Amino acid sequence: MTVTEHWDLRLYVAGHTEKSVRAINNLKRICREHLEGRYSIEVIDLVEKPQLAAGDQIIALPTLVRRLPEPIKKILGDLSDQERVLVGLDVRRQT
Amino acid sequence: MDELDRATRKSRSTCARERLRLIDQLQKVPTGIQGLDELTRGGLPAGRPTLVCGGPGCGKTLLAMTFLVHGAVDHAEPGLLVSFDERIEDLTVNVASLGFDLADLQRRKLLATDYVRIDRQEMHETGEYDLEALFIRLGHAVQVVGARRVVLDTIDALFAGIPNEAIVRSELRRLFDWLKDRQLSTVITAERGEGSLTRHGIEEYVSDCVILLDHRIIDDLSTRRLRVVKYRGTSHGTNEYPFLIDDQGITVVPITSTRLAHPASDETVSSGVSELDSMLGRGGYFRGSSIMLSGGPGTGKTTIAAHFADRTCGSGERCLYFAFEESPSQLARNMRSAGIDLQPWIDQGLLRVQSSRPSLGGLELHLALMLKALRDFSPTAVVFDPLSALVASGTHYQTASMAVRLADYLKSKTITALYLSLQDQEGPSGFDISSIMDTWIVIRNERSESELSRRLHIVKARGMEHSSAVRRMFITDTGVRLTDLAPGPAQAEKSGR
Repeated sequence: MTVTEHWDLRLYVAGHTEKSVRAINNLKRICREHLEGRYSIEVIDLVEKPQLAAGDQIIALPTLVRRLPEPIKKILGDLSDQERVLVGLDVRRQT
Repeated sequence: MDELDRATRKSRSTCARERLRLIDQLQKVPTGIQGLDELTRGGLPAGRPTLVCGGPGCGKTLLAMTFLVHGAVDHAEPGLLVSFDERIEDLTVNVASLGFDLADLQRRKLLATDYVRIDRQEMHETGEYDLEALFIRLGHAVQVVGARRVVLDTIDALFAGIPNEAIVRSELRRLFDWLKDRQLSTVITAERGEGSLTRHGIEEYVSDCVILLDHRIIDDLSTRRLRVVKYRGTSHGTNEYPFLIDDQGITVVPITSTRLAHPASDETVSSGVSELDSMLGRGGYFRGSSIMLSGGPGTGKTTIAAHFADRTCGSGERCLYFAFEESPSQLARNMRSAGIDLQPWIDQGLLRVQSSRPSLGGLELHLALMLKALRDFSPTAVVFDPLSALVASGTHYQTASMAVRLADYLKSKTITALYLSLQDQEGPSGFDISSIMDTWIVIRNERSESELSRRLHIVKARGMEHSSAVRRMFITDTGVRLTDLAPGPAQAEKSGR
Protein backbone atom coordinates (compact mmCIF):
# COMPACT_ATOMS: atom_id res chain seq x y z
CA MET A 1 0.00 0.00 0.00
CA THR A 2 1.42 3.32 -1.02
CA VAL A 3 1.25 6.41 1.14
CA THR A 4 -0.85 8.28 -1.42
CA GLU A 5 -3.58 5.64 -1.47
CA HIS A 6 -7.02 7.21 -1.25
CA TRP A 7 -10.44 5.67 -0.52
CA ASP A 8 -13.07 7.07 -2.83
CA LEU A 9 -16.35 5.88 -1.30
CA ARG A 10 -19.94 6.28 -2.37
CA LEU A 11 -22.80 5.25 -0.14
CA TYR A 12 -26.20 4.61 -1.69
CA VAL A 13 -29.23 4.85 0.59
CA ALA A 14 -32.98 5.29 0.21
CA GLY A 15 -34.45 8.19 2.17
CA HIS A 16 -33.87 8.85 5.83
CA THR A 17 -34.77 5.46 7.12
CA GLU A 18 -33.30 4.02 10.25
CA LYS A 19 -31.16 1.72 8.14
CA SER A 20 -29.89 4.61 6.01
CA VAL A 21 -28.95 6.70 9.00
CA ARG A 22 -27.29 3.74 10.67
CA ALA A 23 -25.21 3.04 7.57
CA ILE A 24 -24.12 6.67 7.24
CA ASN A 25 -23.09 6.89 10.88
CA ASN A 26 -21.28 3.56 10.81
CA LEU A 27 -19.34 4.53 7.69
CA LYS A 28 -18.31 7.91 9.04
CA ARG A 29 -17.11 6.39 12.29
CA ILE A 30 -15.13 3.61 10.61
CA CYS A 31 -13.45 6.03 8.21
CA ARG A 32 -12.58 8.46 11.01
CA GLU A 33 -11.03 5.68 13.03
CA HIS A 34 -9.18 3.81 10.27
CA LEU A 35 -8.73 6.03 7.22
CA GLU A 36 -8.21 9.47 8.70
CA GLY A 37 -7.24 11.89 5.91
CA ARG A 38 -7.29 9.26 3.24
CA TYR A 39 -10.95 9.09 2.29
CA SER A 40 -13.87 10.91 0.71
CA ILE A 41 -17.54 9.96 1.12
CA GLU A 42 -20.40 10.81 -1.19
CA VAL A 43 -23.88 9.85 0.01
CA ILE A 44 -26.48 9.35 -2.72
CA ASP A 45 -30.14 9.17 -1.83
CA LEU A 46 -31.83 7.16 -4.57
CA VAL A 47 -35.27 8.35 -3.55
CA GLU A 48 -34.14 11.78 -4.73
CA LYS A 49 -31.99 10.60 -7.65
CA PRO A 50 -33.31 7.26 -8.85
CA GLN A 51 -31.56 7.59 -12.19
CA LEU A 52 -28.19 7.15 -10.47
CA ALA A 53 -28.85 3.56 -9.41
CA ALA A 54 -28.13 2.00 -12.79
CA GLY A 55 -24.70 3.60 -13.23
CA ASP A 56 -23.05 1.75 -10.36
CA GLN A 57 -25.33 -1.30 -10.81
CA ILE A 58 -26.96 -0.86 -7.42
CA ILE A 59 -29.79 -3.20 -6.50
CA ALA A 60 -29.42 -3.61 -2.74
CA LEU A 61 -29.62 -0.86 -0.15
CA PRO A 62 -27.68 0.37 1.59
CA THR A 63 -24.69 -0.28 -0.68
CA LEU A 64 -21.27 1.14 -0.15
CA VAL A 65 -19.21 1.32 -3.32
CA ARG A 66 -15.46 1.45 -3.02
CA ARG A 67 -14.55 3.22 -6.24
CA LEU A 68 -10.91 3.58 -5.28
CA PRO A 69 -8.64 1.85 -4.69
CA GLU A 70 -9.45 -0.50 -7.51
CA PRO A 71 -10.96 -3.01 -8.05
CA ILE A 72 -14.46 -1.74 -7.38
CA LYS A 73 -16.09 -3.39 -4.42
CA LYS A 74 -19.66 -3.34 -3.19
CA ILE A 75 -20.40 -3.68 0.46
CA LEU A 76 -24.02 -4.47 1.20
CA GLY A 77 -25.82 -3.70 4.41
CA ASP A 78 -25.91 -1.14 7.18
CA LEU A 79 -22.18 -1.58 7.84
CA SER A 80 -22.84 -2.70 11.42
CA ASP A 81 -20.30 -5.52 11.16
CA GLN A 82 -17.21 -3.37 11.40
CA GLU A 83 -14.71 -6.18 10.90
CA ARG A 84 -16.34 -7.20 7.61
CA VAL A 85 -16.44 -3.57 6.46
CA LEU A 86 -12.72 -3.22 7.08
CA VAL A 87 -12.03 -6.43 5.18
CA GLY A 88 -14.32 -5.32 2.37
CA LEU A 89 -12.57 -2.00 2.11
CA ASP A 90 -9.18 -3.74 2.18
CA VAL A 91 -8.21 -1.60 5.14
CA ARG A 92 -7.52 -4.75 7.03
CA ARG A 93 -6.32 -7.70 4.98
CA GLN A 94 -8.10 -10.96 5.53
CA THR A 95 -5.83 -13.45 7.25
CA MET B 1 -72.51 -39.91 -38.02
CA ASP B 2 -75.96 -38.83 -39.20
CA GLU B 3 -77.22 -35.33 -39.66
CA LEU B 4 -79.09 -35.21 -36.36
CA ASP B 5 -76.05 -36.33 -34.47
CA ARG B 6 -73.94 -33.73 -36.15
CA ALA B 7 -76.45 -30.98 -35.42
CA THR B 8 -76.62 -31.97 -31.74
CA ARG B 9 -72.88 -31.96 -31.47
CA LYS B 10 -72.63 -28.60 -33.15
CA SER B 11 -75.17 -26.99 -30.82
CA ARG B 12 -73.43 -28.52 -27.83
CA SER B 13 -70.12 -27.04 -28.82
CA THR B 14 -71.79 -23.66 -29.34
CA CYS B 15 -73.15 -23.82 -25.79
CA ALA B 16 -69.75 -24.75 -24.44
CA ARG B 17 -68.18 -21.82 -26.23
CA GLU B 18 -70.85 -19.49 -24.88
CA ARG B 19 -70.15 -20.69 -21.36
CA LEU B 20 -66.46 -20.16 -21.78
CA ARG B 21 -67.05 -16.62 -22.90
CA LEU B 22 -68.94 -15.90 -19.70
CA ILE B 23 -66.30 -17.46 -17.52
CA ASP B 24 -63.51 -15.64 -19.27
CA GLN B 25 -64.19 -12.26 -17.79
CA LEU B 26 -60.59 -11.98 -16.73
CA GLN B 27 -58.84 -9.07 -18.40
CA LYS B 28 -56.13 -10.23 -20.73
CA VAL B 29 -53.34 -8.74 -22.76
CA PRO B 30 -52.51 -10.31 -26.12
CA THR B 31 -48.93 -11.46 -26.60
CA GLY B 32 -49.05 -11.17 -30.36
CA ILE B 33 -47.81 -14.74 -30.57
CA GLN B 34 -49.86 -16.70 -33.05
CA GLY B 35 -51.53 -19.58 -31.32
CA LEU B 36 -50.63 -18.63 -27.76
CA ASP B 37 -53.34 -15.98 -27.58
CA GLU B 38 -55.79 -18.52 -28.91
CA LEU B 39 -55.02 -21.28 -26.49
CA THR B 40 -55.09 -18.84 -23.55
CA ARG B 41 -58.30 -17.30 -24.94
CA GLY B 42 -56.94 -13.83 -25.23
CA GLY B 43 -53.43 -13.64 -23.87
CA LEU B 44 -51.75 -13.25 -20.50
CA PRO B 45 -53.49 -11.91 -17.39
CA ALA B 46 -53.61 -8.13 -17.52
CA GLY B 47 -51.88 -6.33 -14.69
CA ARG B 48 -50.50 -9.55 -13.20
CA PRO B 49 -47.26 -11.46 -13.37
CA THR B 50 -46.83 -14.48 -15.63
CA LEU B 51 -43.99 -16.92 -15.15
CA VAL B 52 -42.36 -18.38 -18.24
CA CYS B 53 -39.96 -21.18 -17.41
CA GLY B 54 -37.76 -23.49 -19.42
CA GLY B 55 -34.23 -24.64 -20.01
CA PRO B 56 -31.50 -22.74 -21.82
CA GLY B 57 -32.31 -21.94 -25.44
CA CYS B 58 -35.97 -22.85 -25.13
CA GLY B 59 -37.23 -19.48 -26.33
CA LYS B 60 -38.11 -17.81 -23.01
CA THR B 61 -36.48 -14.52 -23.86
CA LEU B 62 -37.99 -14.46 -27.32
CA LEU B 63 -41.47 -15.07 -25.96
CA ALA B 64 -41.01 -12.31 -23.42
CA MET B 65 -39.62 -9.89 -26.01
CA THR B 66 -42.49 -10.56 -28.41
CA PHE B 67 -44.95 -9.82 -25.63
CA LEU B 68 -43.17 -6.56 -24.89
CA VAL B 69 -42.69 -5.34 -28.45
CA HIS B 70 -46.20 -6.33 -29.48
CA GLY B 71 -47.61 -4.29 -26.61
CA ALA B 72 -45.55 -1.24 -27.52
CA VAL B 73 -46.12 -1.40 -31.28
CA ASP B 74 -49.67 -2.69 -31.60
CA HIS B 75 -51.40 -1.79 -28.36
CA ALA B 76 -49.83 1.52 -27.36
CA GLU B 77 -48.60 -0.11 -24.16
CA PRO B 78 -45.05 1.02 -23.51
CA GLY B 79 -42.78 -1.59 -22.04
CA LEU B 80 -39.90 -1.98 -19.63
CA LEU B 81 -37.26 -4.56 -20.27
CA VAL B 82 -35.13 -5.54 -17.31
CA SER B 83 -32.42 -7.90 -18.47
CA PHE B 84 -30.36 -9.74 -15.88
CA ASP B 85 -28.55 -11.95 -18.37
CA GLU B 86 -27.77 -10.14 -21.56
CA ARG B 87 -26.63 -6.64 -22.25
CA ILE B 88 -29.29 -4.57 -24.00
CA GLU B 89 -26.97 -4.14 -27.00
CA ASP B 90 -26.71 -7.91 -27.43
CA LEU B 91 -30.44 -8.42 -27.01
CA THR B 92 -31.10 -5.69 -29.56
CA VAL B 93 -28.96 -7.52 -32.10
CA ASN B 94 -30.55 -10.88 -31.26
CA VAL B 95 -34.12 -9.76 -31.85
CA ALA B 96 -33.36 -7.56 -34.86
CA SER B 97 -33.73 -10.57 -37.13
CA LEU B 98 -37.38 -10.75 -36.09
CA GLY B 99 -37.92 -7.20 -37.17
CA PHE B 100 -37.85 -5.85 -33.63
CA ASP B 101 -36.09 -2.50 -33.54
CA LEU B 102 -35.46 -1.94 -29.85
CA ALA B 103 -33.36 1.16 -30.40
CA ASP B 104 -36.16 2.80 -32.35
CA LEU B 105 -38.72 1.89 -29.68
CA GLN B 106 -36.45 3.43 -27.07
CA ARG B 107 -36.15 6.63 -29.09
CA ARG B 108 -39.92 6.79 -29.43
CA LYS B 109 -40.28 6.35 -25.65
CA LEU B 110 -42.18 3.09 -26.13
CA LEU B 111 -39.51 1.07 -24.42
CA ALA B 112 -37.31 1.56 -21.40
CA THR B 113 -34.47 -0.83 -20.74
CA ASP B 114 -32.30 -1.63 -17.78
CA TYR B 115 -29.48 -4.10 -17.75
CA VAL B 116 -29.02 -5.30 -14.19
CA ARG B 117 -25.65 -6.90 -13.74
CA ILE B 118 -24.98 -8.54 -10.43
CA ASP B 119 -21.43 -9.65 -9.78
CA ARG B 120 -21.20 -11.75 -6.69
CA GLN B 121 -17.42 -11.49 -6.70
CA GLU B 122 -17.50 -7.85 -5.77
CA MET B 123 -20.19 -8.17 -3.10
CA HIS B 124 -19.58 -8.18 0.66
CA GLU B 125 -22.31 -8.40 3.25
CA THR B 126 -21.94 -6.30 6.35
CA GLY B 127 -25.34 -6.17 7.94
CA GLU B 128 -28.98 -5.63 7.11
CA TYR B 129 -30.03 -4.79 3.58
CA ASP B 130 -32.86 -5.23 1.12
CA LEU B 131 -33.31 -4.89 -2.64
CA GLU B 132 -34.94 -1.50 -2.50
CA ALA B 133 -32.63 -0.15 -5.19
CA LEU B 134 -34.05 -2.66 -7.65
CA PHE B 135 -37.54 -1.35 -6.89
CA ILE B 136 -36.32 2.21 -7.30
CA ARG B 137 -34.78 1.37 -10.67
CA LEU B 138 -37.95 -0.37 -11.84
CA GLY B 139 -40.17 2.41 -10.57
CA HIS B 140 -38.05 5.05 -12.25
CA ALA B 141 -37.96 3.27 -15.61
CA VAL B 142 -41.69 2.50 -15.51
CA GLN B 143 -42.36 6.16 -14.91
CA VAL B 144 -40.09 7.43 -17.68
CA VAL B 145 -42.06 5.72 -20.47
CA GLY B 146 -45.33 5.08 -18.67
CA ALA B 147 -44.78 1.33 -18.96
CA ARG B 148 -47.79 -0.99 -18.90
CA ARG B 149 -45.85 -4.16 -19.62
CA VAL B 150 -42.70 -5.40 -17.94
CA VAL B 151 -40.27 -8.20 -18.67
CA LEU B 152 -37.80 -9.54 -16.10
CA ASP B 153 -35.35 -11.86 -17.86
CA THR B 154 -34.22 -14.09 -16.09
CA ILE B 155 -34.96 -13.80 -12.41
CA ASP B 156 -32.47 -16.53 -11.44
CA ALA B 157 -29.68 -13.98 -11.65
CA LEU B 158 -30.84 -12.59 -8.31
CA PHE B 159 -30.20 -15.92 -6.64
CA ALA B 160 -26.82 -16.22 -8.24
CA GLY B 161 -25.79 -12.68 -7.40
CA ILE B 162 -27.14 -11.95 -3.94
CA PRO B 163 -25.41 -13.91 -1.20
CA ASN B 164 -28.39 -14.08 1.14
CA GLU B 165 -31.12 -16.29 -0.33
CA ALA B 166 -33.60 -15.48 2.43
CA ILE B 167 -33.44 -11.81 1.46
CA VAL B 168 -33.91 -12.66 -2.22
CA ARG B 169 -36.99 -14.73 -1.42
CA SER B 170 -38.70 -12.16 0.74
CA GLU B 171 -37.87 -9.43 -1.76
CA LEU B 172 -39.24 -11.49 -4.65
CA ARG B 173 -42.53 -11.80 -2.85
CA ARG B 174 -42.52 -8.06 -2.37
CA LEU B 175 -41.59 -7.55 -6.03
CA PHE B 176 -44.54 -9.53 -7.33
CA ASP B 177 -46.88 -7.61 -5.04
CA TRP B 178 -45.30 -4.38 -6.19
CA LEU B 179 -45.94 -5.29 -9.85
CA LYS B 180 -49.55 -6.25 -9.08
CA ASP B 181 -50.19 -3.06 -7.13
CA ARG B 182 -49.10 -1.07 -10.19
CA GLN B 183 -51.16 -3.34 -12.47
CA LEU B 184 -48.19 -4.07 -14.66
CA SER B 185 -48.63 -6.99 -17.02
CA THR B 186 -45.36 -8.77 -16.42
CA VAL B 187 -43.50 -11.71 -17.86
CA ILE B 188 -40.87 -13.17 -15.56
CA THR B 189 -38.59 -15.78 -17.03
CA ALA B 190 -36.88 -18.45 -14.97
CA GLU B 191 -34.67 -21.45 -15.53
CA ARG B 192 -36.20 -24.88 -15.48
CA GLY B 193 -35.38 -26.97 -12.43
CA GLU B 194 -34.88 -30.67 -12.02
CA GLY B 195 -38.05 -32.20 -10.68
CA SER B 196 -39.63 -28.78 -10.31
CA LEU B 197 -40.81 -26.12 -12.70
CA THR B 198 -38.05 -23.70 -11.84
CA ARG B 199 -34.65 -24.11 -10.28
CA HIS B 200 -35.44 -21.73 -7.44
CA GLY B 201 -39.11 -22.49 -6.95
CA ILE B 202 -40.29 -19.18 -8.40
CA GLU B 203 -43.63 -20.78 -9.26
CA GLU B 204 -44.44 -20.53 -5.57
CA TYR B 205 -44.69 -16.74 -5.92
CA VAL B 206 -46.69 -16.59 -9.13
CA SER B 207 -50.21 -17.85 -8.83
CA ASP B 208 -51.79 -16.33 -11.90
CA CYS B 209 -50.19 -17.84 -14.94
CA VAL B 210 -47.32 -20.25 -15.50
CA ILE B 211 -46.11 -21.29 -18.93
CA LEU B 212 -43.55 -24.02 -19.48
CA LEU B 213 -41.34 -24.19 -22.56
CA ASP B 214 -39.45 -27.24 -23.57
CA HIS B 215 -36.88 -28.02 -26.23
CA ARG B 216 -35.94 -31.61 -26.99
CA ILE B 217 -34.84 -33.82 -29.81
CA ILE B 218 -37.35 -36.43 -30.98
CA ASP B 219 -36.44 -38.72 -33.86
CA ASP B 220 -33.48 -36.49 -34.71
CA LEU B 221 -35.85 -33.58 -34.98
CA SER B 222 -35.59 -30.54 -32.83
CA THR B 223 -38.96 -30.10 -31.18
CA ARG B 224 -40.18 -27.18 -29.14
CA ARG B 225 -43.22 -27.46 -26.96
CA LEU B 226 -45.25 -25.09 -24.86
CA ARG B 227 -47.64 -25.90 -22.06
CA VAL B 228 -49.82 -23.62 -19.99
CA VAL B 229 -49.30 -25.20 -16.59
CA LYS B 230 -51.53 -22.88 -14.67
CA TYR B 231 -53.84 -20.03 -15.51
CA ARG B 232 -56.02 -18.94 -12.66
CA GLY B 233 -59.57 -17.88 -13.49
CA THR B 234 -59.56 -18.96 -17.08
CA SER B 235 -59.92 -22.04 -19.16
CA HIS B 236 -56.98 -22.87 -21.34
CA GLY B 237 -55.63 -25.62 -23.51
CA THR B 238 -53.68 -27.99 -21.29
CA ASN B 239 -51.89 -30.05 -23.90
CA GLU B 240 -48.32 -29.62 -24.91
CA TYR B 241 -48.36 -27.55 -28.05
CA PRO B 242 -45.47 -27.58 -30.47
CA PHE B 243 -44.13 -24.21 -31.43
CA LEU B 244 -41.75 -22.88 -34.00
CA ILE B 245 -39.15 -20.20 -33.88
CA ASP B 246 -38.20 -18.75 -37.21
CA ASP B 247 -37.57 -15.38 -38.78
CA GLN B 248 -41.17 -14.47 -38.15
CA GLY B 249 -40.90 -15.18 -34.46
CA ILE B 250 -42.80 -17.69 -32.41
CA THR B 251 -45.79 -19.58 -33.71
CA VAL B 252 -47.61 -21.90 -31.39
CA VAL B 253 -49.75 -24.58 -32.93
CA PRO B 254 -52.81 -24.63 -32.81
CA ILE B 255 -53.84 -21.83 -35.00
CA THR B 256 -57.50 -22.19 -34.29
CA SER B 257 -59.35 -19.28 -35.70
CA THR B 258 -62.82 -20.53 -34.82
CA ARG B 259 -64.21 -17.41 -36.39
CA LEU B 260 -66.13 -18.18 -39.51
CA ALA B 261 -65.76 -14.75 -41.03
CA HIS B 262 -63.36 -15.80 -43.73
CA PRO B 263 -63.49 -13.59 -46.77
CA ALA B 264 -65.49 -15.63 -49.27
CA SER B 265 -64.09 -15.17 -52.73
CA ASP B 266 -66.30 -15.07 -55.79
CA GLU B 267 -63.33 -15.74 -58.00
CA THR B 268 -62.78 -19.26 -59.23
CA VAL B 269 -59.60 -21.08 -60.14
CA SER B 270 -59.46 -23.87 -62.65
CA SER B 271 -59.16 -27.43 -61.41
CA GLY B 272 -56.88 -28.10 -64.36
CA VAL B 273 -59.38 -30.59 -65.80
CA SER B 274 -61.70 -28.80 -68.18
CA GLU B 275 -64.52 -31.33 -67.91
CA LEU B 276 -64.39 -31.07 -64.14
CA ASP B 277 -64.47 -27.29 -64.37
CA SER B 278 -67.69 -27.44 -66.33
CA MET B 279 -69.18 -29.98 -63.91
CA LEU B 280 -68.49 -27.57 -61.06
CA GLY B 281 -70.74 -25.01 -62.70
CA ARG B 282 -68.58 -21.96 -62.14
CA GLY B 283 -65.57 -23.00 -64.13
CA GLY B 284 -63.52 -24.28 -61.24
CA TYR B 285 -63.07 -24.17 -57.48
CA PHE B 286 -63.70 -21.01 -55.52
CA ARG B 287 -60.41 -19.37 -54.62
CA GLY B 288 -59.61 -19.99 -50.99
CA SER B 289 -62.09 -22.83 -50.64
CA SER B 290 -61.49 -26.34 -49.27
CA ILE B 291 -61.89 -29.21 -51.66
CA MET B 292 -61.87 -32.84 -50.68
CA LEU B 293 -61.14 -35.48 -53.23
CA SER B 294 -61.74 -38.95 -51.91
CA GLY B 295 -61.45 -42.37 -53.40
CA GLY B 296 -59.86 -45.76 -53.04
CA PRO B 297 -56.29 -46.62 -53.94
CA GLY B 298 -55.39 -46.16 -57.60
CA THR B 299 -58.43 -44.08 -58.47
CA GLY B 300 -56.39 -41.19 -59.84
CA LYS B 301 -56.64 -38.68 -57.02
CA THR B 302 -53.01 -37.69 -57.36
CA THR B 303 -53.41 -37.14 -61.08
CA ILE B 304 -56.31 -34.73 -60.55
CA ALA B 305 -54.25 -32.97 -57.90
CA ALA B 306 -51.30 -32.75 -60.28
CA HIS B 307 -53.54 -31.13 -62.89
CA PHE B 308 -54.50 -28.55 -60.32
CA ALA B 309 -50.88 -27.91 -59.35
CA ASP B 310 -49.90 -27.69 -63.02
CA ARG B 311 -52.66 -25.20 -63.80
CA THR B 312 -51.91 -23.08 -60.72
CA CYS B 313 -48.25 -22.76 -61.68
CA GLY B 314 -49.24 -22.24 -65.33
CA SER B 315 -51.03 -19.08 -64.30
CA GLY B 316 -47.93 -17.86 -62.54
CA GLU B 317 -49.03 -18.66 -58.98
CA ARG B 318 -47.27 -20.75 -56.38
CA CYS B 319 -48.46 -24.17 -55.32
CA LEU B 320 -47.28 -26.16 -52.31
CA TYR B 321 -47.69 -29.90 -52.62
CA PHE B 322 -47.43 -32.07 -49.51
CA ALA B 323 -46.66 -35.58 -50.65
CA PHE B 324 -46.90 -37.90 -47.67
CA GLU B 325 -46.39 -41.11 -49.58
CA GLU B 326 -44.13 -40.19 -52.47
CA SER B 327 -40.85 -38.40 -52.93
CA PRO B 328 -40.82 -35.30 -55.16
CA SER B 329 -39.01 -37.18 -57.93
CA GLN B 330 -41.43 -40.10 -57.74
CA LEU B 331 -44.35 -37.75 -58.01
CA ALA B 332 -42.86 -35.91 -61.00
CA ARG B 333 -42.04 -39.17 -62.77
CA ASN B 334 -45.47 -40.74 -62.19
CA MET B 335 -47.25 -37.65 -63.41
CA ARG B 336 -45.13 -37.44 -66.53
CA SER B 337 -46.64 -40.76 -67.56
CA ALA B 338 -50.05 -39.08 -67.39
CA GLY B 339 -48.80 -36.24 -69.55
CA ILE B 340 -48.29 -33.76 -66.75
CA ASP B 341 -44.78 -32.34 -66.49
CA LEU B 342 -44.31 -30.78 -63.09
CA GLN B 343 -40.53 -30.49 -63.25
CA PRO B 344 -40.42 -27.07 -64.99
CA TRP B 345 -42.58 -25.58 -62.26
CA ILE B 346 -40.34 -27.05 -59.61
CA ASP B 347 -37.31 -25.62 -61.41
CA GLN B 348 -38.95 -22.22 -61.68
CA GLY B 349 -39.75 -22.21 -57.99
CA LEU B 350 -43.50 -22.07 -58.54
CA LEU B 351 -44.08 -25.56 -57.25
CA ARG B 352 -42.66 -26.94 -54.07
CA VAL B 353 -43.17 -30.59 -53.30
CA GLN B 354 -42.61 -31.39 -49.66
CA SER B 355 -42.34 -35.03 -48.80
CA SER B 356 -42.23 -36.23 -45.24
CA ARG B 357 -43.19 -39.19 -43.19
CA PRO B 358 -46.24 -38.22 -41.16
CA SER B 359 -45.25 -40.52 -38.31
CA LEU B 360 -42.24 -38.35 -37.67
CA GLY B 361 -42.60 -36.51 -34.40
CA GLY B 362 -46.35 -36.79 -34.15
CA LEU B 363 -49.32 -34.99 -35.49
CA GLU B 364 -48.97 -31.60 -33.84
CA LEU B 365 -45.38 -31.30 -34.91
CA HIS B 366 -46.39 -32.21 -38.40
CA LEU B 367 -48.96 -29.48 -38.41
CA ALA B 368 -46.31 -27.09 -37.15
CA LEU B 369 -43.95 -28.02 -39.97
CA MET B 370 -46.69 -27.67 -42.55
CA LEU B 371 -47.55 -24.23 -41.24
CA LYS B 372 -43.92 -23.25 -41.39
CA ALA B 373 -43.70 -24.38 -45.03
CA LEU B 374 -46.89 -22.46 -45.80
CA ARG B 375 -45.48 -19.32 -44.27
CA ASP B 376 -42.11 -19.69 -45.97
CA PHE B 377 -43.47 -20.35 -49.43
CA SER B 378 -46.75 -18.38 -49.28
CA PRO B 379 -48.56 -20.30 -52.01
CA THR B 380 -52.03 -19.53 -53.36
CA ALA B 381 -52.84 -23.21 -53.64
CA VAL B 382 -51.93 -26.24 -51.58
CA VAL B 383 -52.38 -29.98 -51.99
CA PHE B 384 -52.36 -32.61 -49.23
CA ASP B 385 -51.67 -36.02 -50.75
CA PRO B 386 -53.25 -37.66 -48.89
CA LEU B 387 -54.47 -36.02 -45.73
CA SER B 388 -55.63 -39.41 -44.51
CA ALA B 389 -51.97 -40.45 -44.20
CA LEU B 390 -51.77 -38.25 -41.13
CA VAL B 391 -54.14 -40.56 -39.31
CA ALA B 392 -51.14 -42.82 -38.84
CA SER B 393 -49.61 -40.34 -36.41
CA GLY B 394 -52.67 -39.61 -34.33
CA THR B 395 -56.13 -40.81 -33.51
CA HIS B 396 -59.03 -40.16 -35.87
CA TYR B 397 -60.29 -37.49 -33.56
CA GLN B 398 -56.90 -35.74 -33.33
CA THR B 399 -56.46 -35.87 -37.06
CA ALA B 400 -59.90 -34.45 -37.70
CA SER B 401 -59.32 -31.66 -35.21
CA MET B 402 -55.98 -30.88 -36.82
CA ALA B 403 -57.56 -30.84 -40.27
CA VAL B 404 -60.17 -28.36 -39.09
CA ARG B 405 -57.48 -26.08 -37.75
CA LEU B 406 -55.49 -26.39 -40.92
CA ALA B 407 -58.52 -25.68 -43.09
CA ASP B 408 -59.37 -22.66 -40.96
CA TYR B 409 -55.88 -21.28 -41.34
CA LEU B 410 -55.80 -21.77 -45.10
CA LYS B 411 -59.18 -20.14 -45.50
CA SER B 412 -58.11 -17.16 -43.48
CA LYS B 413 -55.22 -16.75 -45.94
CA THR B 414 -57.44 -17.36 -49.02
CA ILE B 415 -55.33 -20.33 -50.04
CA THR B 416 -57.19 -22.86 -52.17
CA ALA B 417 -56.70 -26.27 -50.58
CA LEU B 418 -57.13 -29.66 -52.16
CA TYR B 419 -57.29 -32.50 -49.64
CA LEU B 420 -56.93 -35.99 -50.99
CA SER B 421 -58.50 -38.65 -48.86
CA LEU B 422 -57.98 -42.35 -49.20
CA GLN B 423 -61.35 -43.94 -48.77
CA ASP B 424 -62.21 -47.43 -49.82
CA GLN B 425 -65.92 -47.03 -49.92
CA GLU B 426 -68.25 -44.13 -50.17
CA GLY B 427 -69.60 -42.55 -47.05
CA PRO B 428 -67.87 -41.18 -44.02
CA SER B 429 -65.02 -43.15 -42.52
CA GLY B 430 -63.79 -42.79 -38.97
CA PHE B 431 -61.87 -39.76 -40.06
CA ASP B 432 -64.58 -37.53 -41.39
CA ILE B 433 -63.92 -33.93 -42.22
CA SER B 434 -66.27 -33.72 -45.17
CA SER B 435 -68.56 -31.37 -43.25
CA ILE B 436 -65.97 -28.61 -43.24
CA MET B 437 -65.25 -28.99 -46.94
CA ASP B 438 -66.79 -26.64 -49.47
CA THR B 439 -66.50 -29.10 -52.28
CA TRP B 440 -66.42 -32.86 -52.13
CA ILE B 441 -65.56 -34.96 -55.12
CA VAL B 442 -65.65 -38.75 -54.97
CA ILE B 443 -63.96 -41.20 -57.31
CA ARG B 444 -64.72 -44.90 -57.07
CA ASN B 445 -63.81 -48.00 -58.94
CA GLU B 446 -66.64 -49.81 -60.62
CA ARG B 447 -66.16 -53.45 -61.36
CA SER B 448 -68.24 -54.98 -64.11
CA GLU B 449 -67.85 -58.46 -65.51
CA SER B 450 -65.40 -57.38 -68.14
CA GLU B 451 -63.58 -54.37 -66.78
CA LEU B 452 -62.70 -52.10 -63.94
CA SER B 453 -63.55 -48.46 -64.55
CA ARG B 454 -63.55 -45.24 -62.61
CA ARG B 455 -66.55 -43.10 -61.74
CA LEU B 456 -66.35 -39.52 -60.57
CA HIS B 457 -69.10 -37.42 -59.10
CA ILE B 458 -69.49 -34.25 -57.13
CA VAL B 459 -71.13 -34.85 -53.76
CA LYS B 460 -71.32 -31.18 -52.96
CA ALA B 461 -70.02 -27.83 -54.11
CA ARG B 462 -71.14 -25.02 -51.86
CA GLY B 463 -72.29 -21.92 -53.67
CA MET B 464 -72.28 -23.55 -57.08
CA GLU B 465 -74.92 -25.10 -59.30
CA HIS B 466 -72.85 -28.19 -59.82
CA SER B 467 -73.58 -31.17 -61.99
CA SER B 468 -75.09 -34.14 -60.25
CA ALA B 469 -74.05 -36.51 -63.01
CA VAL B 470 -71.78 -39.45 -62.46
CA ARG B 471 -68.95 -39.28 -64.99
CA ARG B 472 -66.66 -41.90 -66.27
CA MET B 473 -63.03 -41.05 -65.62
CA PHE B 474 -60.03 -42.04 -67.69
CA ILE B 475 -56.39 -41.43 -67.13
CA THR B 476 -54.82 -41.04 -70.55
CA ASP B 477 -51.26 -40.14 -71.46
CA THR B 478 -52.46 -36.58 -71.77
CA GLY B 479 -54.10 -36.56 -68.39
CA VAL B 480 -57.54 -37.04 -66.91
CA ARG B 481 -60.63 -37.13 -69.13
CA LEU B 482 -64.22 -37.27 -67.97
CA THR B 483 -67.02 -38.47 -70.20
CA ASP B 484 -70.69 -39.31 -69.94
CA LEU B 485 -71.37 -42.82 -68.84
CA ALA B 486 -72.69 -43.92 -72.22
CA PRO B 487 -69.58 -44.23 -74.44
CA GLY B 488 -67.28 -47.17 -73.97
CA PRO B 489 -63.68 -46.86 -72.91
CA ALA B 490 -62.21 -47.28 -76.35
CA GLN B 491 -64.13 -44.36 -77.80
CA ALA B 492 -63.37 -42.17 -74.84
CA GLU B 493 -59.65 -42.88 -74.95
CA LYS B 494 -59.73 -41.66 -78.55
CA SER B 495 -61.80 -38.58 -77.87
CA GLY B 496 -59.48 -37.81 -75.05
CA ARG B 497 -56.51 -37.43 -77.37
